[in-house]
Amino acid sequence: MSKDDSRRVILEKVMRDHGYQESALLEILHKAQELYGYLDKELLMDISGSLNLPPSHVFGVATFYSFFKLKRPGQHVVTGCMGTACYVKGADEIMQAVEREYNIKRGEATPDGKLSLLVTRCIGACAMAPTIIVDDEVIAKATKEIVLQKIKQVLGGT
Amino acid sequence: MNLADIQKIAEQEVDFERAYKYRINVCCSSGCVPLGAFKVLKAFEEAVKEFGVEKECKVAKTGCVGTCSVGPAVVIEPGDYLYQNVTPEKVREVVRDHIVLGLPVKGMLYGNPAFFKKQHRLVLRNAGKIDPTRIQDYIAMGGYSAIVKCLATMTPQGVIYEVATSKLRGRGGAGFPTGQKWGLVARAHGKPKYIVANLDEGDPGVFANRTLAEADPHAILEGMLIAAYAIGAEKGYLYIRSEYPLAIQTLQRAIAQAKSLSLLGDNVLETGFKFDVELRFGAGAFVAGEETAILASVEGCRAMPRPRPPYPANSGLWGKPTLIQNVETLANIPIIIQNGGAWFSKIGTPRCTGTKCFSLTGKTNNPGLIEVPMGITLREVVFDIGGGVPEGRKFKAVLVGGPSGGCLPDALLDLPIDYDSLTRVGAIMGSGGIVVLDDHSCMVDTAKFFTEFCVDESCGRCTPCRAGLARIKEVFAGITEGNARMEDITTLEKASVYIRDASLCGLGQTAPNPVLTTLRYFRDEYVEHIRDKTCRAGKCFKKEEKGVEQ
Ligand SMILES: Cc1cc2nc3c(=O)[nH]c(=O)nc-3n(C[C@H](O)[C@H](O)[C@H](O)COP(=O)(O)O)c2cc1C
Repeated sequence: MSKDDSRRVILEKVMRDHGYQESALLEILHKAQELYGYLDKELLMDISGSLNLPPSHVFGVATFYSFFKLKRPGQHVVTGCMGTACYVKGADEIMQAVEREYNIKRGEATPDGKLSLLVTRCIGACAMAPTIIVDDEVIAKATKEIVLQKIKQVLGGT
Repeated sequence: MNLADIQKIAEQEVDFERAYKYRINVCCSSGCVPLGAFKVLKAFEEAVKEFGVEKECKVAKTGCVGTCSVGPAVVIEPGDYLYQNVTPEKVREVVRDHIVLGLPVKGMLYGNPAFFKKQHRLVLRNAGKIDPTRIQDYIAMGGYSAIVKCLATMTPQGVIYEVATSKLRGRGGAGFPTGQKWGLVARAHGKPKYIVANLDEGDPGVFANRTLAEADPHAILEGMLIAAYAIGAEKGYLYIRSEYPLAIQTLQRAIAQAKSLSLLGDNVLETGFKFDVELRFGAGAFVAGEETAILASVEGCRAMPRPRPPYPANSGLWGKPTLIQNVETLANIPIIIQNGGAWFSKIGTPRCTGTKCFSLTGKTNNPGLIEVPMGITLREVVFDIGGGVPEGRKFKAVLVGGPSGGCLPDALLDLPIDYDSLTRVGAIMGSGGIVVLDDHSCMVDTAKFFTEFCVDESCGRCTPCRAGLARIKEVFAGITEGNARMEDITTLEKASVYIRDASLCGLGQTAPNPVLTTLRYFRDEYVEHIRDKTCRAGKCFKKEEKGVEQ
């Protein structure tokens, strides 16, 4: 990641727009994750330098919030909603099926980096529970079969 | 733009609307979009042209009507005909029969009027009726007339008096009287003063605030404006969780529109009053919704609660007086100002006035978003509005108040829903989650699920919450795997009481509620798990089976 990488230029602009204020740290981390996909050590060090904040503070904030990803996500991402409504309607069983099929655990990616399995607390689509997100598509009233089928389809596409 | 111009926009807009005979409202909120709402919207736009009725038919993109399980939902006005499960293929038929021939398509109409009958829509007054991306739609419904009324005819004290008279209580969970809170911040010393609107909605299984923001964002902004005028704040932050992309987009657009009409900015409607709103994004921490944690988060730090006092009213953001208010509370404000506090105080019960939005989910026939008067009974919500439990299963419990709420049995179904009654039986109002459980759910497993949630979400600052909840989680693991003793029930009870009484913030103080209520109302199930190693719902003791499968 060099300073003249175009993503870095955008990030710099965002930091400048926020006046390099420490209170904008969350906004800046959000933007950085949007640009790079995840927040690695180098990027966090870079942000800490730019905002003139101790690395411990920046790492502390980035690790506190579960929305920030510190590891490179797989090429395709399956996110299971584990909110109450989804849990009651069997989201856990669907997640177990995905775990078995691809031999991974929640929070992990497959060794070839093609697929990661994540969990979110609630996307607020509770009336259509259970919901599973495959890449950007929200699958409402999901079943094991539909989800596994969909994953197969997106993986086939790569 | 000045005060009179708002009235002009409203009149123009009403005239403009009058030119249409029909209005087709296509719900395009987070519920209906995954089910194909945008395709339905496009199909309507094309179909009205195809049939040559585009001059008499306005096709609008709106927020949620609440019937999320039968989406995409479409409402045709006049007459409020609600079409369910609309697909692009069915759109032509609807336009041809309903609009051209004047014959609503009976087979596609939502067949469950009971869902709406007991509701009372105040906060959601515009949800599903207006296009949330057009500020003119909101203004035409009387929007922003309340802030105009405040600026033109009321003193800040007068506004606070009206809110106090309404007896409105905070909808974020604790139920603190809103008028009293405004008075505290107004009287606090220190400038500038801030407002933080809380749209963290961290309770899993709750989506009322999201729906409100997606359906009627200006109601929240107007509520913030009125609060700012009353307490003398110049800057507001609207803190929203990042899991809600559509709500974020809707609010961003709404803020930009309000600025362009000088409803926000340095000189609001040329009155010299100054107020601006900025969005702040959460990042997946439940505890960030707690009032001192949200302040830390807005300041760019870890969302860790701190001891109170000092209360945010005196020392909030950057040490300045700060009003923290849930967005549903704020959306009530414009109607209180328009109609008067005395009018509002007659809705609901004498101690809990107004209405409350609930996300009704789980094993219910009619999941969705509802708004009911305070004091309605759980039975009315679960059986009348919710239509009971599907697939002929048996009702077992209702979870009220999210992960730190209570699990209530059928014996308590006649309980009126209000802050005090719920607290009395060990539940809380929380942010308005009602999850129905049937006999497929194991109460031990349910309590375990919530405990695990709270363990994950505990910020780790105070020991009772951090270590105590972890201990409870261990005990649950034993009970559901078959290595537990009867004494473990006592451990659960004792630990729960310690955690409740000794934790620093509301998270720890309420986290044991599911454990305590399931022990209180469903003790048999714990005993069966421990003594007989059986789970009547068939959820627990599954370990060996899983091993075989693998
Ligand atoms: C763990 C925890 C989470 C909370 N989450 C929220 C939330 O997501 N939204 C909210 O409005 N209030 C939440 N609250 C309540 C706030 O602390 C605060 O009482 C509320 O925002 C005040 O606004 P109100 O008076 O309008 O209810 C939470 C409290 C606790 C203890």
